Amino acid sequence: MTAVPALAVEDLSVEFRTRSGTVKVLEQVGFEVDKGETVALVGESGSGKSVTAFAVMGILDPAGKVTSGRAMFGGADLLALPERELAEQRGRELSMIFQNPRTALNPIRRVGRQIADVLVRHGGATRPDAPRAAVEMLKKVRIPDPERRVEAYPFELSGGMCQRIMIAIALACRPALLIADEPTTGLDVTTQAVIMDLIGELAHESGMATIFITHDLALAAEYCDRIVVMHAGHIVEAAPGRALFAEPRHPYSAKLLAATPGGTASLAELASIPGGLPDLRRSDLPACRYSGRCERRNDDCTRPLPRRSVGDRHIVACWNPL
Amino acid sequence: MNLLRHARYVLSENPVTGLAFGLFAMFLVAALFGPLLAPYNPLQSNAAMALKPPSAAHWFGTDQLGRDIFSRVLVATRLDLTIAFASVILAFLLGALSGVAAGYFGGWTDRVVGRLADTIMAFPLFVLAMGIVAALGNKVINIVIATAIINFPLYARVARAEANVRREAGFVEAARLSGNGEARVVLGHVLPNIMPIMMVQMSLTMGYAILNAAGLSFIGLGVRPPDAEWGIMVAEGANFIQSGEWWIALFPGAALMLAVFCFNLLGDGLRDIIDPLKRT
Amino acid sequence: MSALLDIGGLAKRFDLGGKRLLHAVDEVSFTIGRGETVGLVGESGCGKSTLVRLINRLLDPTSGSIRLAGTDLAGLRARAFAGNPNRARIQMVFQDAGDSLNPRYSAADAIADPIRRLKRLSGADLRRRVEALADMTGLPRELLSRFPHQLSGGQKARVGIARAIAVEPELLILDEPTAALDVSVQVVILKLLQQLKRELGMSYLFVSHDLNVVRLLCDRVLVMYLGKIVEEGPAAEIFADPRHPYTRALVSAIPQAEPDKRVGRLRLSGEPRSPIDPDPTVCRFYGRCPRGEPRCAAEMPLLRSAGPARQVACHFATLDPPPSHGGGAPEGGGGGRR
Repeated sequence: MTAVPALAVEDLSVEFRTRSGTVKVLEQVGFEVDKGETVALVGESGSGKSVTAFAVMGILDPAGKVTSGRAMFGGADLLALPERELAEQRGRELSMIFQNPRTALNPIRRVGRQIADVLVRHGGATRPDAPRAAVEMLKKVRIPDPERRVEAYPFELSGGMCQRIMIAIALACRPALLIADEPTTGLDVTTQAVIMDLIGELAHESGMATIFITHDLALAAEYCDRIVVMHAGHIVEAAPGRALFAEPRHPYSAKLLAATPGGTASLAELASIPGGLPDLRRSDLPACRYSGRCERRNDDCTRPLPRRSVGDRHIVACWNPL
Repeated sequence: MNLLRHARYVLSENPVTGLAFGLFAMFLVAALFGPLLAPYNPLQSNAAMALKPPSAAHWFGTDQLGRDIFSRVLVATRLDLTIAFASVILAFLLGALSGVAAGYFGGWTDRVVGRLADTIMAFPLFVLAMGIVAALGNKVINIVIATAIINFPLYARVARAEANVRREAGFVEAARLSGNGEARVVLGHVLPNIMPIMMVQMSLTMGYAILNAAGLSFIGLGVRPPDAEWGIMVAEGANFIQSGEWWIALFPGAALMLAVFCFNLLGDGLRDIIDPLKRT
Repeated sequence: MSALLDIGGLAKRFDLGGKRLLHAVDEVSFTIGRGETVGLVGESGCGKSTLVRLINRLLDPTSGSIRLAGTDLAGLRARAFAGNPNRARIQMVFQDAGDSLNPRYSAADAIADPIRRLKRLSGADLRRRVEALADMTGLPRELLSRFPHQLSGGQKARVGIARAIAVEPELLILDEPTAALDVSVQVVILKLLQQLKRELGMSYLFVSHDLNVVRLLCDRVLVMYLGKIVEEGPAAEIFADPRHPYTRALVSAIPQAEPDKRVGRLRLSGEPRSPIDPDPTVCRFYGRCPRGEPRCAAEMPLLRSAGPARQVACHFATLDPPPSHGGGAPEGGGGGRR
């Protein structure tokens, strides 16, 4: 790929200061998202996928600190930008939607106003024009009866509709990059499908790049171009969805697939992943944070992790891949 | 134990809370051992030593009857704290139980408790307290009852809100599935959960309860002379301020202020200790 | 196989004031046999939670019968059911284990509570029973003295399960028991549930959003929509050959990694009809269904047999061919184009 990626994260490391010590939440995370591409960040809880997104957006918890790395976006390093400039980018070029749509919306403001707010702040719309532009956005996200719904409060709308409002707000200014943090967790599977289709269509229409954070591998595979698998703050594998499912190369990816219902016929064929996450507060963490629970561990595994290319856009961070 | 370690952490992060705990310990000692620690008999009058300013012999000076003010202030701690504690506990019992019932059961229980609380709050609370003491008789126990009654709506309201939230919680349903009848669910499952918040509430209103008791005594209701109580002492001392004997009113007043300050800080500190623990 | 649970014409209508009734559960009938796992699926608002609360007797039905091995429990008031000798026969594992555990109760207290109340054990006997349950559910004994906030998601789930099986229920209702768990922990918990079912001879009613899990665990599946059961049948068949348009939409919406395994997409537009005072002659799915014939608005479809052990409530269920396979292809008959 010779074109400049929409977002290029390099060597991102993040630490959190807590009462019981410093937690190295992310270590040397790096990946790229091309224009128009959908990349899924997949991992279990504690993998660091949401923290990655928050770091890129500059909305990390105050206890968190980026200790190294860059996030190249539109020619600038997001992690080095002063807050004021970052705030300009957010909402306009860089947008995010969150997990629980009803709580992410302001409960005491009508949804139309919330969309209008973004349009005025970043989209260059004027206050008088904004309400009409808001209705247009509602039509775009296929909310039925938009003229009436624009006056509704979040609590009057279903979860699926609230999520559409969030999408409308996020896409109002046609950002170059959308980060979606578990946007369909908690929604019914039928609503999930519709929302995922909608995001896909809108992204395709405007050539927007999307980062999609989820714990659901099958969802990632169906709707995303590439999947990046994370474990305990490391990226362990990145590959196109089909390649990952057909031929996972990292032992953890393989185990994750083996634990995901959907591919197998019976419960007996599913297998849990042995061991647990390492304690990220330790100062003596091994180079490979999966090695403690890996049956393929050998002497090489104490060396710093490699990034091996094992196929078309398929990389794996392992000394002893499958 | 986890709680102790957390408490130490909170105290280290917030020295003011530590100060409050220190003050509280001091008051507790004064309340428990006051009579033993007092250098003079608080009721002993000595006309020769009347109206003497603070000195080495009498740290807080003497009042118009020659009684040592320091001893009186020290001994009064017991009475004031007892009144405050008793009224707060009574208010808690009445308020928490009716509030939890109102919040959990809703319906008529809620309406009755609500109307009761509204009625009480319709009155200026201090005036209501005055009225209750006047009606029931000029005794210390009635100060306790009056203070409890005027604090009732606050406790009932907090308890009701907390119970209402928990009523839908999974563990309440689980308790019913486990064979707990409704009374048991309320007392054994919901109430223990609102205890921490109620405890914070109690320490926050302690300050107010002390002020209330002092205020009633100040106007002559409740505690009678020659009992040592901060409010009465301020009242008596007020007569002498103009003539220059400032110490008679100042020291009991300062003790009052310090006590209220201490309990307010304590309440805040307790809240910090109790709340985040649940979030760990 | 005699039925353990027999639900007959169960209904729950909530009075919203002003003579408006919310039909949460509308004439639902089904059975659960001994040792069977029956899945219950449907979108939020379909009445699953209400149905579950009717069956486990936390809520009183408006009409209908709930027979547990012959005894009708519907007539017993929910408020007084806690003291009823039948209370121990139906228990539940909750969706959010953390929420279902009293924050002020240790794991041991939580597990002991139903045993104390319903089996009247105490002292050493109680302690032994709690420890046995911890062993049975794979909960390390040292964790028994811990409080919920000190336990991991998987550990809390085990406590919830131990508590539910403590009084040896005949029917265990599982309300999304693994929804909040990581996929690896989910496997362990599901296998545990499978094993316990066999060992203790229980029947399960498994309520879930996650159709992949339902497919793995359940013998039979009930599909619910707006208070009614719209399809019923063996799990494998429901997923391979869904007949009701709603079930088809549901099955086709399951994310599928491999494109050739993707069932023809049927996407639902719009919002469900209102459950308040619904018109008894109009199919509940009318308006959202890709097929909307005049008959759908004139006659409410009833559950009718569509094969051995299969029932569907749709006028056109047996007419449509099975959905076609192949990525993204619109399905035959009826529409459903995106």
